[in-house]
Amino acid sequence: MKSQNKLLQQSLERWRLPDGIEELLPADVVKIESLRRQVLDLFHSWGYETVIPPLIEYLESLLTGTGNDLDLQTFKLTDQLSGRMMGVRADMTPQVARIDAHRLDRERPTRLCYLGSVLQTRPEISGATRSPIQVGAELYGHGGVESDLEVVRLMLEMLKLSGLDSVVLDLGHVGIYRELVAQAELADEQQALLFDALQRKASAEVMEIAGSIIDDELLRGQIIALKDLNGGTEVLEEARTLFTAAGRREPSPAIEEALESLRQIAECASQQQWGVELHFDLAELRGYGYHTGIVFAAYTAGKGEAVAQGGRYDNVGAVFGRARPATGFSADIKNLVALDGERNYPPSAIFAPHSEKSSLHNEIERLRSTGERVVVELPGQSEGAVEMGCDRQLVLSGDSWSVEPVS
Amino acid sequence: MNKPLTIALSKGRIYKDTLPLLEAAGIRPVDDPVTSRKLILDTNLDHVKVVVIRATDVPTFVERGVADLGVAGKDVLMEHGGENLYEPLDLKIARCRMMTAGVVGAAEPEGRMRIATKYVRSAQNYFASLGQQVEIIKLYGAMELAPLVGLADRIVDLVETGNTLKANGLEPLEEIAQISSRLVVNKASMKMKSSQVKELIQLLAEAVEKRESEQS
Repeated sequence: MKSQNKLLQQSLERWRLPDGIEELLPADVVKIESLRRQVLDLFHSWGYETVIPPLIEYLESLLTGTGNDLDLQTFKLTDQLSGRMMGVRADMTPQVARIDAHRLDRERPTRLCYLGSVLQTRPEISGATRSPIQVGAELYGHGGVESDLEVVRLMLEMLKLSGLDSVVLDLGHVGIYRELVAQAELADEQQALLFDALQRKASAEVMEIAGSIIDDELLRGQIIALKDLNGGTEVLEEARTLFTAAGRREPSPAIEEALESLRQIAECASQQQWGVELHFDLAELRGYGYHTGIVFAAYTAGKGEAVAQGGRYDNVGAVFGRARPATGFSADIKNLVALDGERNYPPSAIFAPHSEKSSLHNEIERLRSTGERVVVELPGQSEGAVEMGCDRQLVLSGDSWSVEPVS
Repeated sequence: MNKPLTIALSKGRIYKDTLPLLEAAGIRPVDDPVTSRKLILDTNLDHVKVVVIRATDVPTFVERGVADLGVAGKDVLMEHGGENLYEPLDLKIARCRMMTAGVVGAAEPEGRMRIATKYVRSAQNYFASLGQQVEIIKLYGAMELAPLVGLADRIVDLVETGNTLKANGLEPLEEIAQISSRLVVNKASMKMKSSQVKELIQLLAEAVEKRESEQS
């Protein structure tokens, strides 16, 4: 009895997948694959060229440029050939930045896109996936708001394909906070404390920390105010008043520029009728380690986290020899498909009986070439058209074959 | 139009102390979780629901967005890791301190100390910040027992009055953190239901301030 239990235990263990690693079954893959093709076609039609970065590479090149953010997220192993450490990609963005900076080495604006599995040591939130299928698009070589606008619009188009309607687009700009802490000349540790409190929007803590480490009253007030600068377009006006009309000092050009680019995006969204709700959050500092400008994310009802996100990261290419302005976004395509619960995919396939007749083979070939899906019966099987997932079948009438609905 | 809002509360003290604050913000559960045994409570507002769950589950519910807001002790947040949540307001209820404690008068043992606690992560971080290597023993309750029976040298626990410690011949030693309950908000809710959530935070903040000024 005991050994039987052990046997059962062993056979159960054999089928168990690691936490956060999942296999996808046909019903899901039909949807993912269909969306994958549509999304890549969309990117293609916007002039984005697809690249396939390696699944695994030396750690140094995988982690450079993104700060420490990715280090702990990366699975590592030793290369038996060279003895060097290798990492499985946890994010494809830096790889694509390297391709642009180092391999393509173009002067002109370059548009690249990619789709592939990544592996992360820790899920975003406990219990969530550790193996997203990352899809994204990046635009290199242009530093203006126009390229930010392009990638934001492309991201929204992608979300439309996935059948999302009520989307909230969250916009921020890391340049504002960056400029303020630079002016305050904070030590790294102080900055880290402030950053942590601000990310949690912990009001009382932000006030306490800012109060104890920033002497300049005006600057302190501005940093504290950041935590409440979130909401609709009115936030940009509030911010303008706060940072420019504060009066006593010349407003910082970096902050003015940041606010101006956010305003331009807001204006575009309303002129071009993007059909999304805009939300601004000037204390949103996602990817602060490598982002340098606008950051954005898309949220949708019923999801506790962003479904797609991105931003500007102008310095990532520098470590590969060439700093190029860069902006882009990415998403987990599995996440986009799971949202698409409403759409169902009815079976569309034709069942062909088992037969040696060459007329049947010709007919099957003809149907397939028109894009039909034909499933052939195997000798000895008892399951019919319906069990095989078909809604029609090939029937011999006289000496010709016809397609008839399954009754 | 009002979007639906779900608020996660834990049973017991936090629930009792949060009710007056919610009331001040115009939200009143129509069921009593104790007598009705319901886990999802309707409120006087059609679009607002309250779920009553275990304290340690509140961050999970809010992080995953099944609740938009929640009330959780700082101790729970420190254990869970609060970086995926907004934590905009200290409700200043259920206040206590997280402390180390040991047998009265007992000298610090030589070598690696054994610490019994329910707060593994907080204890690890605290002793690491002191540069001390310790052995953490995870317990789910009755921590006070551990030093008495020789399971541990010290405990890390919440201390309110210190009476339980005293009754067991223990004394509080160092303070690790001031604990109180915080309002936590799901990041997506903050952005998607911005005006409603901000208004609620504002009303709760006013209620907390009013109560504090009345108490002092």
